[in-house]
Amino acid sequence: MSGLLGPLNNLAGGLFLLNAFAMVATRQVRGCLRFFIWQSLCLVASAALIGGITGTIELFIVAAINLLTKPIIIPILLARSVPEDIHTRREIVQVLTIPSALLSALVIAVVSYFAGRTLLSAAAPLVPAANVPIGIAGLLLGAFTIAVRREAVPQLFGLMAMENGAFYAAIAFAPDLPLIAEVAAAFDALVIVLLVAILTRAIHERVGTTEVSSLTTLKEEPRP
Amino acid sequence: MTTSLLFAIPLLYLLAAVLSLVPLGRWFARGLTIVATVGALVAAGGCAAQAVAAGSITAIPDWVGVDGFGALLLLLISFVGALAAVFSWGYMKVRARERGKRAIRLYHVNFNLFLFSIVMVPMMQEVALAWIAIELTTLLSVLLVGFENNHEALEAAWKYVILTMIGAAIALLGIIVLYRALQDAHGGPFTWSALQAAAPGLSPVLFEAGFLLLLVGFGTKVGLVPLHVWLPDAHSQAPSPVCAILSGIETSVILYVILRLFPVAAALPAVHLQNWAIAFGLISVGVAAFLLIQVRDLKRLFAFSTVEHMGIILTAAGFGIASNSFIAPYQMLTHALAKPLCFFAAGSALMVAGTRDIAGLRGLIRRAPLAGAALLIGGLAITGAPPFALFLSEFSIIKAGLSGGHYVAVALLVAFIVVAFCAVLAHINRIVFGHPEPLPKAGAPFPFTSAVALVLAVVPVIVLGVWIPGPIHSLLSLAGASIGGAAP
Repeated sequence: MSGLLGPLNNLAGGLFLLNAFAMVATRQVRGCLRFFIWQSLCLVASAALIGGITGTIELFIVAAINLLTKPIIIPILLARSVPEDIHTRREIVQVLTIPSALLSALVIAVVSYFAGRTLLSAAAPLVPAANVPIGIAGLLLGAFTIAVRREAVPQLFGLMAMENGAFYAAIAFAPDLPLIAEVAAAFDALVIVLLVAILTRAIHERVGTTEVSSLTTLKEEPRP
Repeated sequence: MTTSLLFAIPLLYLLAAVLSLVPLGRWFARGLTIVATVGALVAAGGCAAQAVAAGSITAIPDWVGVDGFGALLLLLISFVGALAAVFSWGYMKVRARERGKRAIRLYHVNFNLFLFSIVMVPMMQEVALAWIAIELTTLLSVLLVGFENNHEALEAAWKYVILTMIGAAIALLGIIVLYRALQDAHGGPFTWSALQAAAPGLSPVLFEAGFLLLLVGFGTKVGLVPLHVWLPDAHSQAPSPVCAILSGIETSVILYVILRLFPVAAALPAVHLQNWAIAFGLISVGVAAFLLIQVRDLKRLFAFSTVEHMGIILTAAGFGIASNSFIAPYQMLTHALAKPLCFFAAGSALMVAGTRDIAGLRGLIRRAPLAGAALLIGGLAITGAPPFALFLSEFSIIKAGLSGGHYVAVALLVAFIVVAFCAVLAHINRIVFGHPEPLPKAGAPFPFTSAVALVLAVVPVIVLGVWIPGPIHSLLSLAGASIGGAAP
């Protein structure tokens, strides 16, 4: 039985990484949301599988918390607090073209592999070792997503993807992290979403756009 | 009895935040906030006295407690918080007149919650919970940064939340790596003191990786160059009392978390944290010093000065890692006393003249003598001019650097501090004594409570410049011991 869990966990890892790449490439706000939900489901699956492999009860609770918050509560929260027309937006002008963004993402993934390997070689041997480089890649690709997305809501998903990446590494690297920290972090993610949604709405109302990359009035040069 | 004072501090802030929601007229939330913050200051004073007497306070073993450094920070947070609450009274009356009662109430709710989140950081002994507390400091201050609700403030709030949250996610990975390092060494609770106790058995690679991830992640929140880009925006767009808390103490509290790893490194000869600290610190001081020359906005001037001072504190931690570890907390103390004065003076200038533009503020001392004088004192104090507290602390940093043999680093540090001194005082000179242009518009009258806050903020900056009271001195050496290399 446990012979099957390892390969399944690797499959979840591959899908997790694939969704991180998809978030870098997609131009639609809705597309970003969809890939974020899929990525979170991969995280949930991996947490449950590693829980099965190592027999850690906490990981099942972590999986349950993540299942409840990320694919369910966060999309509902966003749909309620951000006006509909922001969700249907897509980026016309891009920071990077999709091929060059994907190539850069590939470089990031390779770098994460080596960074993860260095960390793994310094620590005591782990069973699901693949989680650590994939988690680091998820973290860095999330940051890269924020850099290449111009819209407010996709930047939020970049942020959430970074957190997903950190937790993806954590479920293998620190499976017995105190549960209270995990619960607090999940609650914290909800507060982030709520606050960023409030801010997005305020920017939408006061500035008239949600293209946050065009907010560049604060600098040292004299104002025109 | 011993721990009830410690719990009283966050509970007072929480209570004030909840009660501020009660719609009981304009004075209620303001007055309540002042009462609660002053109460918290008294409780923090009691905690500091207990910490000096007992060495540390443990409320819940392995979870909540403070040592000397934590007690010092609690005292500073509650001091800056109480001053900011007093200053808020008049500032909100003048600057938020048209915003309505609800906005003022929500401001005070948020203000108290923000202070609550800051005091949780030094109280949390569990490392993962300290991370959560730091997340909360960002989340509970975003709406304060965007309080003005105009284009600039919302832009600043957006940059603030996105960039510091990127940092927080990186720091989370660092926390996880440190946890693994601790578990590989011997396991047990994940606290700062457990890390220190397990130090000889930690894997140097994991520890240094964790430290660097924390340095980059929390360094974003501290405003270390090149991760500082959000800081001048957020620290200039927030209402002035909030700026005083953000710049004066919040950044220092986050830096404290990074400094907690220094005594751990002392037991690992393969890890050289002091090199990272001195390099990152000097880059921050240098870049900020030259950026100070070209600012056009008075509050941005003081925000860049915060970047500079965070660099100085980090450099000091690098200099003092073995023997003079009290110099970093000392610099935190003097910075936390001087920075609120600067932001209160800038807020007063804003109230009187209706602008933050350095060019539009010229001749301030003729329009508002008190605000002008406070700005002059604040400028002299924050740049480390002789009669003020920062002169002594910066002098002790230079002394420690020289006795540690860091001659090049000390030379660079002194050069950058001199550049920053000239830059800040050139701007302040133009504002205070410059020829006033035709007055843009009639300013509001200067509220009495703001004047009180200014005077209260000036006193400790001057007093600590000539004399350090005995209890403060023992608290400082205790704080130094908790990040020094000595055994716990």
